[in-house]
Amino acid sequence: MSTPVIPDRANVAARTARETVQATGRGRDRTPGSLVFLGALWFSLFFGVMVLMLLIVSTALDGAGRFDGALLTNYFSRVRPEETGFRAGILGSMWLMLGTATLAVPIGIASALYLEEFADRHRWYNRLIELNLQNLAAVPSVVYGLLAVATMALLGFQVTGIVLGGAIALALLILPVIIITTREALRAVPSEIRFGSLALGATVWQTTWRQTLPAAVPGIATGTILGLSRAIGEAAPLLLLGVAVGVRFDPNGFLSAFTALPMQIYNMTSQPQAEFQTAAAAAIIVLLVMILGMNTLAIVIRNKFQKTW
Amino acid sequence: MAALMDSTGSTSGSGPSGAQRTLDLGGRSRPGETLIKTVLFTCAFVSIITTIGIVITLIVPTVEFFSEVRPLDFLVGTEWKPNDSVDPLYGVLPLVSATFLITIIALLVAVPLGLGAAMYLSEYASPRVRRRLKPTLELLAGVPSVVYGFFALSVVTPLVLQDLLSLDVGFTNALSAGLVLGVMIIPTVASLSEDAMSAVPLALRQGSFAMGANRMQTTLRVVFPAALSGIAAAIVLGLSRAVGETMIVTLAAGSLPNLSANPSEGMQAMTAYIAVTAGGENPVGSTTYNTLFVVGALLFAITLVINMISIALVRRYRQEY
Repeated sequence: MSTPVIPDRANVAARTARETVQATGRGRDRTPGSLVFLGALWFSLFFGVMVLMLLIVSTALDGAGRFDGALLTNYFSRVRPEETGFRAGILGSMWLMLGTATLAVPIGIASALYLEEFADRHRWYNRLIELNLQNLAAVPSVVYGLLAVATMALLGFQVTGIVLGGAIALALLILPVIIITTREALRAVPSEIRFGSLALGATVWQTTWRQTLPAAVPGIATGTILGLSRAIGEAAPLLLLGVAVGVRFDPNGFLSAFTALPMQIYNMTSQPQAEFQTAAAAAIIVLLVMILGMNTLAIVIRNKFQKTW
Repeated sequence: MAALMDSTGSTSGSGPSGAQRTLDLGGRSRPGETLIKTVLFTCAFVSIITTIGIVITLIVPTVEFFSEVRPLDFLVGTEWKPNDSVDPLYGVLPLVSATFLITIIALLVAVPLGLGAAMYLSEYASPRVRRRLKPTLELLAGVPSVVYGFFALSVVTPLVLQDLLSLDVGFTNALSAGLVLGVMIIPTVASLSEDAMSAVPLALRQGSFAMGANRMQTTLRVVFPAALSGIAAAIVLGLSRAVGETMIVTLAAGSLPNLSANPSEGMQAMTAYIAVTAGGENPVGSTTYNTLFVVGALLFAITLVINMISIALVRRYRQEY
């Protein structure tokens, strides 16, 4: 009953023909015009990277005199600019990230779950939500600052420069980013997993909570961290909220007055004293290290935990 | 199991319509599921509330403002002196022209470099190289704008523009702000253009290669035109980012309203006006305080129109393939 193994001649011939005839255009890539073009493409690709290197190296050189412990442990000092530090700004930025994540992550994930798992895409209100999200993603950050000022007034706060105000502004700013990346992560989970769960009698929510969401967690975590790393460098909305600069105490809660690292950098950049410029440069390196750390964490999570189906 | 027993029981005679009964999967109402769905919908609705909130926040002071200043004076006035105690002038043109001059410079940098990077990544790079290079390029978009502002002030203006190119530029100038802003939006243009070019079907490229074209000709004459609407959407999105960017223009272009087309001069962009004025002490409800929201409303309207164009372009290109 065993069928003899005959090489499928027609198939082999067809494949050989395809391999020899298929053109890639590479054979003619060596003309002078092509080489110039390729050089231009290389240049455009590496121009940005070169600027980034120049930025990091020049800023590190500017701030070279200030990479000491006092930079991290001292408070802002107007009288002794050479010893000014960013303790309040670093702690303030951390409180701000905590507040932003607390507000934005649950709402963002819930919105994405609704849009991906529950919403009927043909209903006008669901389409409106989608269109609206695409728009919100490109609204300037100063406009979110104006919105946060109005929201704080509505909530009855006299002083808007507190952690809660900044967290509202930044949470609204990164909400579209979190929703969009969470949806992509949910979409990457194969439908077969959902169908299997539904076929065994689970409800839509049981399927989402026990199957889809756990499978999408690495993607969601990556997106959230990237969103937060964008928020931590934002200064414009905080500027509108009137966040203080010369804060000389540690923030101790969501209703505490505070300052943030980018706010202090902005303020010191505008000061005439050279010591403040040096301190600003050193603080920029601290901020970049924080952002790079968050980005690295996001990439590690993605590479380590993300499944490919 | 209980349902199964029940159905066999009913076929034996007692049920009136037992034989016709079919399995109904969706009929049972589940209050818990409905509640969860409602909660999730409420969260999704937050984005709509945000938009409504933005519109109300901007419109109320704007209406108040226009009860004191004629809209025509605002839109075509050439002098912006809101803090002049004797004769305040509210002509927004200097702010708008500064925003657009800086944006044009930024696009002159970002469009060729972004497209070049996208063409390389999409048409020349191997998948392995692309996986490495794309995140590196996107790091550029992750650098905070206040850092770019510092870079423009401390390196680009004094070292590159004044020393290296010996241009006669001021301490703050539109050129430096525009150049740095352009670098910042390279990833926006590159990333979306690359998506558009990668979406062009392989058959089009193979057809071109088969006719004897090399990769440059294929990229420029086949892939680029085929991806054009997606590329246009990428450029428009970059434009919207540039118009709304705040810290670079505040630090590098200065805070002096100046109606000029000369990029070597300092000038105040719309976002820079909002940022600087919000930092000052202006009583709530005063005309100067309201100007923040009026300029904000104009900015929001401009970016909204630009975004809508971008979304429409993306829709069009998705339909093609």
